[in-house]
Amino acid sequence: MKLITHNMLTSKCLKGVLTGYPLAIKATNIKVNEVDFNPDFISRIIPKLDWEVLWKAADSIGHSEGLPQTIERNYDEDKEFLKKAHRVLLEVEVEEGYLTCPESGRQFPITKGIPNMLLTEAEVQ
Amino acid sequence: MDTPYQSHINKNDFDYVYEPAEDSFLLIDALEKDLPYLKAKEPIFCLEVGSGSGIVVTAFGMAFPKTFCFSTDINFRACEMTLSTAIQNNVLLDVVNMNLVSCFVNNKFDVVIFNPPYVVTDTTECGGCGIEASWAGGVKGREVTDKLLDAIPKILSPNGAFYLLLIKDNIPLEVVQLMSKKGYKSETIITRQVRNEQQLVLKFYK
Repeated sequence: MKLITHNMLTSKCLKGVLTGYPLAIKATNIKVNEVDFNPDFISRIIPKLDWEVLWKAADSIGHSEGLPQTIERNYDEDKEFLKKAHRVLLEVEVEEGYLTCPESGRQFPITKGIPNMLLTEAEVQ
Repeated sequence: MDTPYQSHINKNDFDYVYEPAEDSFLLIDALEKDLPYLKAKEPIFCLEVGSGSGIVVTAFGMAFPKTFCFSTDINFRACEMTLSTAIQNNVLLDVVNMNLVSCFVNNKFDVVIFNPPYVVTDTTECGGCGIEASWAGGVKGREVTDKLLDAIPKILSPNGAFYLLLIKDNIPLEVVQLMSKKGYKSETIITRQVRNEQQLVLKFYK
């Protein structure tokens, strides 16, 4: 699971859960895969994301070094920043671990890089 | 659009995951036919729901290197296969083992693609997590499709497009009417007769 995906996941469909966002990450195995850097691509992705959630997620798994907590106005011209964003969004992968719903504490295992967000019918609202 | 390499897939895995067939290729052909529209949209995020082998979303990712692709499947083995198909074809993609789109935040996807379980079956046959989930569609072959239709306004971005494969038995006109009530226009992109099945791909957009 890449952190770009974590940014998009919520457990709000659980019964009794209001926002279910962001999910907490506990990683037991992290990999960093090299991905070709495309500054335009990263610039386009950033407005679609919740940056604060991304920063906290990166920080919680020890990969926030050098990453600013807030986005500057001219971020798309700052190549060094885009490189750092590229790394946390696309290169850092949580291979094994689990995600936790911030409200209910329900855990979602991550196995072979794939989060298991399956719910039983009784759990869904 | 190019067809992704599949030589990495162990044929035995198709006992557990839907093997690409005419419907998968019709969906790729539909996307290819609609390329000018899609290119003009410059999609940032694409999602294939129930990606199976991953061939469709990977073909999309190959044609759109500046789009980040996501996929879901209820079957974990399908998730693994989608991920490996994307990696083999050098496509950036992340996959989540999920029932349809139940755990995504709202309105992020610019393109959503779905080749549903469309075979008309008993309700009891539909709702599993294995290979039967790839084809058993319940009443009218629409039980799973209709659940996703309800979720489309919540997951599609404001100017997003949704591509859906159906067969004539699914009563496409009813689907068009259901989506029209939600404020979506529709277009038939492509149709094809495959043995006893009349397959088609519809596009929905605002």
